[in-house]
Amino acid sequence: MSILVLADLHEGELAATTAHVVAAAQQVGGDIDVLVAGEGVQGAADAAARFDGVSRVRLADHSVYAHQLAEPLSALIVALADDYTHILSSASTTGKNVLPRVAALKDVSQISEVLAIDSADIFKRPIYAGNAIATVKSDDALKVMTVRTTAFDAVSEGGSAAIEAVDTVVENTQSQFVKEELAQSDRPELGGARTVISGGRGMGNGDNFKLLDGIADKLGAAVGASRAAVDAGFVPNDMQVGQTGKIVAPDLYIAVGISGAIQHLAGMKDSKVIVAINKDDEAPIFQVADYGLVGDLFELLPELERKL
Amino acid sequence: MKILVAVKRVIDYNVKIRVKADHSDVDLTNVKMAMNPFCEIAVEEAVRLKEKGTATEVVAVSIGPKAAQEQLRTALALGADRALHIEAGERVESLAVAKLLAKVVEEEQPGLVILGKQAIDTDNNQTGQMLAALANMPQGTFASEVVVEGDKVNVTREIDGGLQTVALTLPAILTTDLRLNEPRYAKLPDIMKAKKKPLESKSPADYGVEVASRVSLMKVETPAERKGGVKVASVDELIDKLKNEAKVL
Repeated sequence: MSILVLADLHEGELAATTAHVVAAAQQVGGDIDVLVAGEGVQGAADAAARFDGVSRVRLADHSVYAHQLAEPLSALIVALADDYTHILSSASTTGKNVLPRVAALKDVSQISEVLAIDSADIFKRPIYAGNAIATVKSDDALKVMTVRTTAFDAVSEGGSAAIEAVDTVVENTQSQFVKEELAQSDRPELGGARTVISGGRGMGNGDNFKLLDGIADKLGAAVGASRAAVDAGFVPNDMQVGQTGKIVAPDLYIAVGISGAIQHLAGMKDSKVIVAINKDDEAPIFQVADYGLVGDLFELLPELERKL
Repeated sequence: MKILVAVKRVIDYNVKIRVKADHSDVDLTNVKMAMNPFCEIAVEEAVRLKEKGTATEVVAVSIGPKAAQEQLRTALALGADRALHIEAGERVESLAVAKLLAKVVEEEQPGLVILGKQAIDTDNNQTGQMLAALANMPQGTFASEVVVEGDKVNVTREIDGGLQTVALTLPAILTTDLRLNEPRYAKLPDIMKAKKKPLESKSPADYGVEVASRVSLMKVETPAERKGGVKVASVDELIDKLKNEAKVL
């Protein structure tokens, strides 16, 4: 087996999710190369070279790969694909954007959001918002798959893989980067945070999310939201936890004013400890919560912040 | 400009699914079906572009069982001008769907193709990207805003951590995210009118596309159920439990 892992980047730096994808690659078994593609990403390549289990880092540093647009990045991966039996990325918005394109260009299927690796060609993945788990077998010679990073523990650091430059420069006349507006926050990233506190429709409005901020600061937590809160316009969509948003599995998940629709549970039910705060003691969220607190969140949240 | 919009028939998003006793698949007998919610957003966007005068015609296409014609009638009631049904089994993989759509794109020559970002049954999030690859078009996935200007479309995309805007040269593929628009409901007169709009039916063989599976479904299981825990009476008790019992604080 020989595996190519597409590194996730965040503003040019290596994203923590990459170490989880390398862990999934180790379970497939075989030589693992990591592809770092972007502009000015030598630092990310250096970081990837330190992951345990990586044999080689391939560095494609060129302006055409800046912002990891799907058209040039998929063309680059296709140019490298013949060296590999498996191509993996995280199920990040970049992985989801690029890998299906790679798969189609190689005339193979893509397997999305892999949760477990049974063998080099048998995988488990969630369907129907995680309400069923499918075991699938790929008959394609090349396996292209995105990995749910919360299902694999990150590899540790201590390696020193060789970094080799990739000279392939593809053309891109089809798409052009215009701008990016990334939420600036000192808090941990939602997908990788050890503690997450999320608000739902019960928060009432976007301003009230400030009640979560103070607690998040004390706990070093990321702040999330249910789809209902996003649909109601309280907060931006990148905060959404659920089937169609982020999938999280922190040590502690605190759901505030969230009723617990299956689409939300799909995004957080693998959390180690779940706390629910809701005024409706019949809310379905209490069926999955380890600790439930029934009451008015506008009284309970300030008290919780004070007492932490 | 013509817009092609792809829709999928899926289980209604409010239905709680059951896994078959023999673990071969999810049981869909006598289950309420509907248009995939992200496809509704795709139809809405196409219709709005027509209402704004950007698009001249909206063509809806669905690949699936005969009953998928119901979802095409819904698309017609929402404002699509005509529909194309390619009859195939329940379980057609994304790659095969993308190949069929690529043939339709070749035939129809749309300026934009709009699809939902994912179907809520298989949760794959692949078809739009695959179609873009096969049709050699740029892609604006997870779109929350779409602005057509001349021979370009500016697409604001929902990405991890925020928003990204890209400019794509037309023709292009778009996939919809939640906040792109709020789909309208079909009005009764429009539902009646939709029955008279043209709906053509074809087969994968008409396009010379092989729809056989590359990925076999070996087993479908219900995930381990999470057990509910205890209710605590106060914030103090909650903090105590989190510190001393769960040891997460």
